[in-house]
Amino acid sequence: MLSVIGRYLIFLGKLFTRRESLKVYWKRFIDECIGIGVSSVFIVAIVAVFIGAVVCLQTRANLVSPIIPIYVVSNIVRDMTLLELSSTFMCVVLAGKVGSNIAGELGTMKITEQIDALEVMGINSASYLVLPKLLAAVFTFPLLAIISGFLGIFGGYLAGTLSGIITPEDYVYGIRYSFIPFNVFISIIKAFVFGFLISTISAFQGYNTRGGALEVGQASTSAVTNSCIAVLIADYLLAELLT
Amino acid sequence: MIEIKNISKSFNDRMVLDNVSGVFKKGETSLVIGASGTGKSVLLKCMLDLVRPEAGTTLYDGRDFYIGDEEDKKDIRREMGVLFQGGALFDSKTVHQNIQFPLDMLTEMGDGEKKDRVEFCLQRVGLEGTGNRMPSEISGGMKKRVGIARAIVMNPKYLFCDEPNSGLDPLTSIKIDELIKEITDEFEITTVVITHDMNSVLSIGDKIMFLHKGKKLWEGNSQAIMGDTVPELEEFVFCNKALSLMRAGK
Repeated sequence: MLSVIGRYLIFLGKLFTRRESLKVYWKRFIDECIGIGVSSVFIVAIVAVFIGAVVCLQTRANLVSPIIPIYVVSNIVRDMTLLELSSTFMCVVLAGKVGSNIAGELGTMKITEQIDALEVMGINSASYLVLPKLLAAVFTFPLLAIISGFLGIFGGYLAGTLSGIITPEDYVYGIRYSFIPFNVFISIIKAFVFGFLISTISAFQGYNTRGGALEVGQASTSAVTNSCIAVLIADYLLAELLT
Repeated sequence: MIEIKNISKSFNDRMVLDNVSGVFKKGETSLVIGASGTGKSVLLKCMLDLVRPEAGTTLYDGRDFYIGDEEDKKDIRREMGVLFQGGALFDSKTVHQNIQFPLDMLTEMGDGEKKDRVEFCLQRVGLEGTGNRMPSEISGGMKKRVGIARAIVMNPKYLFCDEPNSGLDPLTSIKIDELIKEITDEFEITTVVITHDMNSVLSIGDKIMFLHKGKKLWEGNSQAIMGDTVPELEEFVFCNKALSLMRAGK
C-alpha cells in the first residue's frame, strides 16, 4: 500500500517536470475540457434534477410534524444539495464516467505502445497526456458542481410544486432562508479536490497498465473503485476542515 | 553508428539479456534475429532507453545515451525514428496528424513547411491521398507504412523497426522490407530491425546478429548465415522447410 502511494506521488511529480510548451498544453486543455466537462453536463444534469426531486419528496414524507414549517423542506433540499449532492454525489458519478474513460484511454495507449512512441520522441508522456486532463478536471468539476447545485434545487422545486406538497412561494422562501453563501464555496472546493483525485488516480491506474485488454479493463475498474474511496475519504476530511 | 556494449538485463531474477555487445554501422540494415522470448525486443527497448539495463551502455556516434541530462538525451532522441510492432499510431489523430506530430512537438517549422514534409513522407511510403483517414480506417500494412513515415519525418540518423512484418501477408511483408532497405540506403541511416522473419534476413540483412536465450551467439551477413554457423542458429534458420530443402540441394 505504501509503495503504491509512493509511486503515485512520484507519478504526480513527473507531471510537472520536463513540461512541453504552453501552446501544446492549451490545445490539449481545451480538448480535455470538452471531453471531461462538456460531455458530462448531460449526465450531471439528469442526476442532479432527479436527486433534488427525490430529496424533496423524501424530506416532505418524513417531516410529518405540524409544528415544522413547510419551507424547511426546500431549506433541507438546498443544504443537502450544496453540501453533499452537488459535489460528492456528482463526483462519485463522474468517477465512473470520467475515471474509467481516463484509465481506459491511457491503458490502451500503454499496451499499444503509443506511450512508448511519445517517450522515444523525447516527450514526457505523463506530463503531455495527464497534465491537461488534470487541469481540465480541476477547472470543469467546480463548474459542473455549480450546475449540479442549481439543477438539484430546481429538481426539488419541480417535484415539490408539481406534486403539490409545497407551494412555489414556500419553496423559494425556504431556499433563501438562513442562506450561508460559504456553502457554495464549500461545494466548489470539494469539486476541485475531487477533480484532482479522480483525474490523477485514474491516470495513474491507466498509465501503469501492463498486459492486454483484460488488464485495461482491470485498470478501469480499479480507477473507479480507488477514485470513489479517495473521494469519500477526502469528503470526510473536507467536512471536518470546512464546516 | 550505434554501439552497444555489454548490455545485461534481468526481470525477476530471470536473465533476459546477458552481456550483449555489437556495432550497427551507418547506411547498413542490421537485423537482430532470434526465436520469440530471446530478448530481441528488450534489447531494442534498452537501446531506446525505454528499459534501463542493469549493466552496459549504448553509444550513438560515440555519445553515451545513459549519461547526461535530459536535454542531451533529447538531442539524441530527435535523431531517432522508431517503427513499433503495431505501428503505435495515435488513435485520436488522422494519418496526416500522426506523421506531423513529431514536427509539431520538436521543431519550429511553419505550417506550410510541415505540410510539405508530411506529403513527401506519405508519398515516399506510397500512401498519397490517405492523410485524412483515421488509423482505425486503414489496414495493418498501411499502418506500418504510416509508422515508417512518422519515423522518417524528422530525417533520423537512426531507424529502429520492431518486427515490421508481424501480422502481415508475405507480399506486404516484402514490400515493407524493401521500403525499409530503400530508405536506409537513400538517407544513409543506421537501421536496426528486430525480426524473426527469414525472408527479411535473406533480402535486407546487411548484417545479422543472432540472439539465443539472451546471449549473442552469432554475427555475420545474409550469405554466411546459410553456411555453417552454430547449432542453435541452424535450427532457427532451417526450421523453414523451403530453406531446408534449398540447403539439401533439392
